[in-house]
Amino acid sequence: MIRLKNLTKIFGATTAVDNVSMEVGAGEVCVLLGPSGCGKTTTMKMVNRLIEPSGGRIFIDGKDVTEVDAVQLRRSIGYVIQQIGLFPNKTVEDNICVVPDMLGHDRKASRRRAAELLEMVNLEPAAYAKRYPKELSGGQQQRIGVIRALAADPPVLLMDEPFGAIDPINREVIQDEFMKLQAALKKTVIFVSHDIDEAVKMASRVAIFRAGRLVQYDTPDTILAHPADSFVADFVGADRTLKRLRLITVRDAMTADPPRVSPQDSVETALALMEQHGHISVVMVGPHGKVLGFVRVEALRGKRGKVGDHFEKLTSVVRVDDNLRNAVSQMFTNDQSWLACIDADGVYQGYITQRGITHLLGATYRDR
Amino acid sequence: MQGAQATHPMRALASLWRLTVLGLVFLLGIWASASGTLTAMMAYREDIHFLTLQHMELVAISGAIAILTGIPIGIVLARRSLGLFGPLVAQIINLGTTIPTLAILALAMTVLGLGAPPAIFGLAVLTLLPIVLNTVAGLRAVPPALVEAARGMGMTNRQILFQVELPNALFVIAAGIRTALAINVGTVPLAFLIGGGGLGELIFTGIDLMDTGLLLAGAIPTALLAVAVDFLVGQLQFWLVPRGVNPLR
Repeated sequence: MIRLKNLTKIFGATTAVDNVSMEVGAGEVCVLLGPSGCGKTTTMKMVNRLIEPSGGRIFIDGKDVTEVDAVQLRRSIGYVIQQIGLFPNKTVEDNICVVPDMLGHDRKASRRRAAELLEMVNLEPAAYAKRYPKELSGGQQQRIGVIRALAADPPVLLMDEPFGAIDPINREVIQDEFMKLQAALKKTVIFVSHDIDEAVKMASRVAIFRAGRLVQYDTPDTILAHPADSFVADFVGADRTLKRLRLITVRDAMTADPPRVSPQDSVETALALMEQHGHISVVMVGPHGKVLGFVRVEALRGKRGKVGDHFEKLTSVVRVDDNLRNAVSQMFTNDQSWLACIDADGVYQGYITQRGITHLLGATYRDR
Repeated sequence: MQGAQATHPMRALASLWRLTVLGLVFLLGIWASASGTLTAMMAYREDIHFLTLQHMELVAISGAIAILTGIPIGIVLARRSLGLFGPLVAQIINLGTTIPTLAILALAMTVLGLGAPPAIFGLAVLTLLPIVLNTVAGLRAVPPALVEAARGMGMTNRQILFQVELPNALFVIAAGIRTALAINVGTVPLAFLIGGGGLGELIFTGIDLMDTGLLLAGAIPTALLAVAVDFLVGQLQFWLVPRGVNPLR
């Protein structure tokens, strides 16, 4: 979708971007990551020709961007900046519709689209469409900044540290909202950031820059598991393996279709089941498969009767669509070495263990 | 919202001030009527009528010329592409504000002769300065991020100027126009000295003849006109500058 070929930018005596070549696939979020002054923003701004390259070429959908008029090109690319840059003299609605209005789109249709976009970021159109930017909070303003870039439905989006100036709590919320929008709209995004956590959360692929050079371009998990050099390793942090936890869902790490017992089962059946699988405990489920609790070998040994008389409550369970970071956090909070995994309806799907997670994270190192 | 609460004591003060002024004007009226000045002034009713219109004409023409030339000059001087040239010219204009009004009128007279044209020229030059300076200041104060966002979204330079820069500088520009016109109305009486007409005719004749009635017949309408113009431009500024960039709303 977007292809940079030997892209170079020289400002006077300094080479800001040095022979960068990379490709961003359609619908991908590519995060350009690096310390300040590493050339990531300059690289991004060359895509919509806010900065003209000194050498090399940029193709969008196979077409060289220098062959298109710069103004027309920019109108076909969404643009979001850290300072937001909403126009104070225009209402929220008119801000969102700046590009559609320039392109001469139907006014009513674009205002309707603006209302839809407002709803998508949880801002009630009736309450916000006619307000002015100064009447909104910083987080609300940046939501408008993002949907303004989407209003004319451009296939490509450039975002220059869009959430950098927002407080950490709101930033998480807006990041999540953006990911939801992105899942629905599937834009090709180039996203500049200096925050590794943000990159890991948002990116399909991460490009790490240092002094104008592209040092590594890979999926977040590969960057975290196999940093190309000591610079990347330092940049992503000593706790990089922990950061990988966020990239894996519980579903991918759990042991699926595990043994289970029901309250009506006899103690003998339960003990036999545990022995057969080599487990020291087993989850007890209700008639529709919902998790009710669990029984332990020690608690059952020498007892008689039904499992339902001897079960213990589970202090916590985890959803299968949650990420491992939250799962591990729950294990640590409750001093548990395993967790039962449930789906949205509370039905038992499987279990994860600390041992299993360690094993999974280590797999990538053993393969090499 | 918090702004409105903060201005409450200010508003109370303003209404108190307005009442005081009204009371003073009322007392002045009683005095004027009792001392016979009012009757004396009324004798010049036709002159007042004619000269007020002439006065307003001078204000309107010179003010319009100043606004129509001052804003474009300000826009040109505020261009960052001018480099050091812009601030340099702005400094020269700043120096220009120190030249006494009478000197400007005298200079205009030596080139254009007597009558209304040199008066209008001199007044326009005088009125131009605050408008140019405020236009430059207003445009310079527009946050660079707005311009970057506008350019990044594909606005042309012209669209950036008219949709982003000027609307966001409008309040400051309007303040310049308000100051300029207030100065203008108060300076028009001097136009009489080079044969430009206006209420100055009554004022200066009144001074020469030591005739208080005649003097006030020129001075009071001039003062009222200045207040009216200031009020009018203030209202225009309040209502015409969009709510998003108007600190008063």
